[in-house]
Amino acid sequence: MAMLGKTANGLYWMYRYLERAENTSRLVETGQRIGLTRLGQDDDEWASVMQSASVLDAFRAGHDEVTKEAAIDWMLRAKDNPSSVLSTISEARQNARMVRTALTHEVWEAMNGCYMAARDILARKVSERDLPKVLGLIRQRTALVRGATHGTMLRNDIYDFARIGTFLERGDNTARILDVKYYVLLPSALSVGSSLDNVHWETILRSVSARGGFRMAYGSQVNARDIAQFLILDRRMPRSLNFCASKIHDNLRYLVSDYGEETPSFHMAQSLVDRFAHHDIDAVFESGLHEYIQSVLISFGQLGGQIEKDFRFYE
Amino acid sequence: MSEDKIFDEMWGRDETLRTPYTEFQGWFQDEDLKRLRAKQREAEEVFRLTGITFNVYGRAEAEERLIPFDIIPRIISGREWQKLCKGIEQRVRAINAFLYDIYNRQEIIKAGRLPQDMIARNEAFLPQMIGMMPPGGIYTHIVGIDLVRTGPDQFYVLEDNARTPSGVSYMLENRETMLQMFPELFARNRVQPVQNYPADLRRSLAACAPNRCEGVPTVAVLTPGIYNSAYFEHAFLADQMGVELVEGHDLRVVDGRVAMRTTQGYQPIDVLYRRVDDDFLDPLNFNPESALGIPGIMDVYRSGGITIANAPGTGIADDKAIYSYMPDIVEFYTGEKAILENVPTWRCSDPDSLAYVLDHLSELVVKEVHGSGGYGMLIGPTSSKKEIAEFRKKLMNKPGNYIAQPTLSLSTVPIFTKAGLAPRHVDLRPFVLCSPEGINITPGGLTRVALKKGSLVVNSSQGGGTKDTWVLED
Repeated sequence: MAMLGKTANGLYWMYRYLERAENTSRLVETGQRIGLTRLGQDDDEWASVMQSASVLDAFRAGHDEVTKEAAIDWMLRAKDNPSSVLSTISEARQNARMVRTALTHEVWEAMNGCYMAARDILARKVSERDLPKVLGLIRQRTALVRGATHGTMLRNDIYDFARIGTFLERGDNTARILDVKYYVLLPSALSVGSSLDNVHWETILRSVSARGGFRMAYGSQVNARDIAQFLILDRRMPRSLNFCASKIHDNLRYLVSDYGEETPSFHMAQSLVDRFAHHDIDAVFESGLHEYIQSVLISFGQLGGQIEKDFRFYE
Repeated sequence: MSEDKIFDEMWGRDETLRTPYTEFQGWFQDEDLKRLRAKQREAEEVFRLTGITFNVYGRAEAEERLIPFDIIPRIISGREWQKLCKGIEQRVRAINAFLYDIYNRQEIIKAGRLPQDMIARNEAFLPQMIGMMPPGGIYTHIVGIDLVRTGPDQFYVLEDNARTPSGVSYMLENRETMLQMFPELFARNRVQPVQNYPADLRRSLAACAPNRCEGVPTVAVLTPGIYNSAYFEHAFLADQMGVELVEGHDLRVVDGRVAMRTTQGYQPIDVLYRRVDDDFLDPLNFNPESALGIPGIMDVYRSGGITIANAPGTGIADDKAIYSYMPDIVEFYTGEKAILENVPTWRCSDPDSLAYVLDHLSELVVKEVHGSGGYGMLIGPTSSKKEIAEFRKKLMNKPGNYIAQPTLSLSTVPIFTKAGLAPRHVDLRPFVLCSPEGINITPGGLTRVALKKGSLVVNSSQGGGTKDTWVLED
């Protein structure tokens, strides 16, 4: 059974937006956390955080200076910021309404409940004191949608498009964080142990919820090479570029077997996964970390475009 | 019309508990008002979370409103319902026969029972349907008959909804909510189920598939989109039936069939349950500005490639000007007197009637012939002198646009208020399905209730609410 192209599109975007909402709130958390541990200079960090979320340019267009309060408000609530938590949750829910017939009741109610909770809690400016509570609630609510998805949805094409949206957004997000911070990871910046570097690394790991995971995999010694290896090539790390690409590849493969037709997007995902399989991190550094990440970002973008065409998202 | 005391469906006219409410009253007496107030709030929360909302036209996306739900069921006995069903079935058969006749030989006009003008000059008449036989011979597949009650045995048809009756999702969700909140009340009463409606609807639609259809008919629901006020209902019905919910831009004509764009290419649709008005259905055949429709769908329809439910042009049967002829229409096609009565109606196009209406504006309800949703109407007894004077001007300007009816003393049923039960006026919209297999009436329907004390306007757009409607097994 095929599904409507529009529905595939709606599912893909519902889960992309949901993922983006989580990523943005995670970045806000990172910014606040870093600010707390670096007395006095915290506001610099917010420009970098907004840059990681790709919302800095739009912020600058409407604000003269970067302040903590303005940055938090921009990332959490701003209606004219399409990537703010409130905007993305509204979009996710709007897409969910569009594809409601493809969702289970549990998923729809979790999504609608997530939207209602976010709308209420973000109706007013969030004070710093309330920030942990607000971020915690958003994390819980989005996790509930994801949990309901795992627990109640059939593993069919509907699920595949939801997963593809999730992992394209996630891979894109990790790549952008790396792209903003790549210079910190360069060998020339390897003044190991200096407090400045620790802050940068911690920012990176926090931004992708990887501090605990990294410690488990590599111990407490942090170095640039290991971080790059972990976030780009690690097969266990659920936000690494390799992991995201292979999940997209898996779901495209299920679609190939369901629909009995090999799509160009499947081949693109295949070559992306192959690339990660044959690379080691030293080669990545050799070819240029920045260029490498740029090329992955471009590949993710092209893959998304091809999926839209292959599955007739639009007319 | 009776000038007596208003008939209450629980307490009658003389404060004697009526039989259908016996078990309910026994339960209610033992209930704690505080618990019920909490239940009322709980119900609202369920509706909000489920997203049973309607969008308010011309407002931002945030403006999704709940139709207020009242937790006190309206209860009808099986015997009362049986009687109503006979009348509804007769009326729906007549409507389908009328539509066939009007778009074919027009015998009713030849017989002098309906003036030619009523059809020829009616905007709801679709010339494109002339000589067209819809698949299965059914014009109006889904009908909602609006009824009001004035006494124990006195029901009137207020309005026929033959084009796209809405509200059935509320009937289903109201019941679902009641089942969740008051299981013990259902244990004490044998309430006839309404939950089969989506399955019945799907079967009824599939039974109307065109001859070109091979195998299991593919059914789809056509919606104007997520900004439409009834979008929730469209999605709900598609979901419950297990069929696709499509918009105009998901469809196009491919190889003489209407097909939907899927992830694997275009696939033909056999039966389209459309919730888009005639005018927007096909930009090639009707309104060229329409972005909601499917160019060329009417040509596929005429060639027998798809069933459109309800058929285009059915609006001619629920037009308010035609309404006043319904008793004649029923008699003409069924050979029997109409079982369900019409509300006496003055057609203002007729000079004598107009004169009467102008003299009695303060007693009458005056409605626009093509209006809906309770807009553009005058309720004489509750209007100020100024409002009446203004309306008089409009009426004299275009008398043909209006009909007038006496103000009925609509029955009341109890609603739950802060102070306990209080009577409010109601109407009832039962839902009817027609196919070559027969006519199916879901026991119950949508009860709309005017929540304001004394108000007769039950429309949700004007502050009305809804209730679960119970038909008991006798």
